[in-house]
Amino acid sequence: MRLEVERLEATYGSVRALHGVSLHVDPGEMVAVIGANGAGKTTLLRAISGLLRPMAGRIWFDGHEITGWPPERIVALGLVQIPERRQLFDSMSVEDNLRLGAYLRLRRGERKAVEEDLQRVFELFPRLKERRRQMAGTLSGGEQQMLAIGRGLMARPRVLLLDEPSLGLAPLLVQELFRILRALREQGLTLLLVEQNARQALRVADRAYVMETGRIVREGTAAELLADPTLQAAYLGGSSGPIIPSSSPMEVAVHARSARTVASGDAAVGEHGDGGDDAGG
Amino acid sequence: MRGARRPPSGRSPRSKDLAKEKQGAFAVIRDRTWEERVQFARRWGITAAALGLVIFLVLLGRRHGFGVPEYLQFALDGLRGGSIYALVALGFVLVYRVMGVINFAQGAFVMLGPMLTAFFYEQGWPPVPGLRLALAALLAVGIVGALGMAVERLTLYPARRASPLTRIIITVGVYLALQGAALLLWGPYAKVLPSFTTMSLSDPTLRFGGVRVKAQSLWIAGTLIATVIALGLFFGHTTVGKAMRACAVNRLAARLMGIPVDTMSTLAFGMAAVLGAIAGIVLGPVTRATYDMGLELGLKGFVAAIMGGLVSFPGAVLGGLVLGVLENLWAGVTVAGFKDLFAFVVLILVLLLHPRGFAGAEAAVERV
Repeated sequence: MRLEVERLEATYGSVRALHGVSLHVDPGEMVAVIGANGAGKTTLLRAISGLLRPMAGRIWFDGHEITGWPPERIVALGLVQIPERRQLFDSMSVEDNLRLGAYLRLRRGERKAVEEDLQRVFELFPRLKERRRQMAGTLSGGEQQMLAIGRGLMARPRVLLLDEPSLGLAPLLVQELFRILRALREQGLTLLLVEQNARQALRVADRAYVMETGRIVREGTAAELLADPTLQAAYLGGSSGPIIPSSSPMEVAVHARSARTVASGDAAVGEHGDGGDDAGG
Repeated sequence: MRGARRPPSGRSPRSKDLAKEKQGAFAVIRDRTWEERVQFARRWGITAAALGLVIFLVLLGRRHGFGVPEYLQFALDGLRGGSIYALVALGFVLVYRVMGVINFAQGAFVMLGPMLTAFFYEQGWPPVPGLRLALAALLAVGIVGALGMAVERLTLYPARRASPLTRIIITVGVYLALQGAALLLWGPYAKVLPSFTTMSLSDPTLRFGGVRVKAQSLWIAGTLIATVIALGLFFGHTTVGKAMRACAVNRLAARLMGIPVDTMSTLAFGMAAVLGAIAGIVLGPVTRATYDMGLELGLKGFVAAIMGGLVSFPGAVLGGLVLGVLENLWAGVTVAGFKDLFAFVVLILVLLLHPRGFAGAEAAVERV
């Protein structure tokens, strides 16, 4: 059940986004990938999930080489991604969103197990149960993130890939989110977490990788990286205050500036450049 | 240009607040609500234009001294054609929503339905005409459905990364190829299907008060209702149907949930072909089926789909029925030969009023 990425190279559009990225996630671990906007984190997850075909390199999961597999086969193996900006089925009900998370299992006829999992997700997120008939697009930001996680869990993942789950959430909700992720890990789920919110990510993760312009530049245990003075300056904002929420424009600007200095002006290389397709349906 | 279409400002503060509540004050959101506002203004503009048109048609009709029964008769006859357009339009919407492509091959499937049905019906087995017609229709629908899926796999799937325009042109090519094949197979001669009620060429006329309805019209209306119910059940209550909707709503998320979006596209295309074939078959006894009947029906179905907004199933049905009724009223108060003019004037007007075409929405769907 080990996930291993070996010297992965990929382009995003016409931009070379990954230059030989290698990493591994062992069963039961929670691993964070941190780095500035445009460092290639989202591209990495997209390649692992089969959304884009890497130019070179290999991806192994659970003894299978999954490089170039279509996403549905990868999901069927239990490697499930919760995408950036949630990507819910906005015009469908909360319940339908959750059920569609279990699409492959429903097609395999595991109706009963899926219903049980649905109840489990409702226990984990009681707010979703209250709003089960509501359209996903009408939920608040925090509820949408819960729904995105719940939908991912419905696929019964063995390894969960999370892309910027804290993006756009208020500070309190960010705390709540990381508490949930921690709880999932304790239940035995393996997590690979991609975050710009480096301090929070390092606080909950076991190990972490630091990405810069498509390369892994540092790796180590989360505690090591948290204590590292150069990282302190580059990603952790130097102080130990609460992590900057990206909801306030002024603070975002500060955050972006500090990140850009490190990523040598690379922040413009549109990893997040596909703005607005979260409501594209 | 942009400023000219700005709707009255009275509505804007509220939608702005709504946007803020939802996601925060991002410029993107503000743009989007503006887009929505344009759509809103456009929709009401179209409604007003349609109302004006009806009044104009009624005024024209006064020259002939038409009264309520005549108009009722026109409208009722129009509903028959409208039901057919609605069925065809449902196919357009289905393919457009799931694949982001306007499928001009749809007309060919409308033609192949009755042509194949007539072909099998002519074989003379089994001897019971009713059973034979039912079997022939079933076989034709199955073949057209399979053909639709094959067409998608062989022509659109290999071009899935091409631009929407390329893909649309491919469907035009498919239409021409299928029409040519029908001409080769059956020649330019018309084929006739028997009335579903009598299994002969004469169709009984029923009278309700002052208006007359052909029995076949009831078959057509019934087929439309049954189809709408079936589609509603499929998209609302089955896993595959919901997954297909999910592909249309958010393709990226659908792929990440393990929904095979390419298979869904093939399935949607096959279903659209089936809808087209059904439309053609129930229409068969009313008109004569020829190899080139698909062009007119396909284009009118497209007009109906556009009138309904191109992404809405109820819109497509309504668009089809409204188009059928208006077209028939128009033909009634002017000259019957002008009938086809109506739909195509609507088409030109809609395309003029929608200068960006429909590529914008497609780009959003395709960007994964």
